[in-house]
Amino acid sequence: MSTTNEKDWPLWEIFLQSKKGLDHKHVGSLHAADARMAVENARDVYTRRGEGNSIWAVRASDIHASRPEDQGEFFDPADDKVYRHPTFYPMPEGVKYI
Amino acid sequence: MNQQEALFRFALRMGDNALVLGHRISEWCGHAPALEEDIAQTNIALDLIGQARNYLTYAGEVEGKGRKEDDLAYLRDSREYINALITEQPKGDFAHTIVRSFLWDAFHRPLLNALANSSDERLKGIAEKAVKEVAYHLRHSSEWLIRFGDGTEESHRRAQTALDELWRFTGELFEADEAEQILAKEGVIPPLESLKAEWNATVDRVLAEATLKRPSEGWMASGGKKGVHTEHLSLMLAEMQTLQRSYPGVEW
Repeated sequence: MSTTNEKDWPLWEIFLQSKKGLDHKHVGSLHAADARMAVENARDVYTRRGEGNSIWAVRASDIHASRPEDQGEFFDPADDKVYRHPTFYPMPEGVKYI
Repeated sequence: MNQQEALFRFALRMGDNALVLGHRISEWCGHAPALEEDIAQTNIALDLIGQARNYLTYAGEVEGKGRKEDDLAYLRDSREYINALITEQPKGDFAHTIVRSFLWDAFHRPLLNALANSSDERLKGIAEKAVKEVAYHLRHSSEWLIRFGDGTEESHRRAQTALDELWRFTGELFEADEAEQILAKEGVIPPLESLKAEWNATVDRVLAEATLKRPSEGWMASGGKKGVHTEHLSLMLAEMQTLQRSYPGVEW
């Protein structure tokens, strides 16, 4: 079942890279008829103040997400397994940004 | 007309074109067919108004009578405006706006490309900055025109109607007045007819992709560049200038 009018443009999720080498971050969503228009609209909507260096647009319907009701079985078991964190090693002196 | 007078007139015209078209496009603010497009059109309007400020400031300096950008924008009547007629036409439906922008952008870009090599440092500086903005304007208007022409029956019909109605304003773009002839001879600006080949190529390429029919050359309207305008400009100026005219020198 779809409540979307066929005349409506599909929804796109927009990811921006603020500087070369950094990852693309999700900044929001917008409507566009196709990928090309999505990238242009993203340029106008999200990069007006110099926020962006590269744009990715992904059709929202192509994103598959975990469900909130799976929260417990998906994520809670990780909470009590401290040995999964590399905290039991002595750090050499002079190593920064860890 | 000496070269300085010619330069004043040319800078003024570039400012008038950008200001009038920028104002026309700004009329979509809050009314565009989609939120995203509302922002896009408003961005384009602001680009043009920014360009207008640069040109009008420069025109005022060249003239040397102490007129600032605001004096030139808000305290001249339509007879003193020397923009091309195409820029002042009403925004019409969205197809009219896109077709007008496209026909203008296809002219504006090669003009700025040439001005970016001007022997006049100020014009060169303004053009170097503006040419990137205008490259995007042309891309945006071309994309829409292709979608309209190659879209539904109704969008095709509206785009073709707008094209047929606005075509008669394109001849004036390439008609050089005395100021433009003087400056072209001095290498300050390109001869306007030299821009026609690129304009034709852009128009033919996009119209072919849009499956729209290029109108026959036919009769061309002109006069805007001499200050003889269509009825639409004075109405637009009345609205644009009302605050400054009613409260001279007002600031807030």
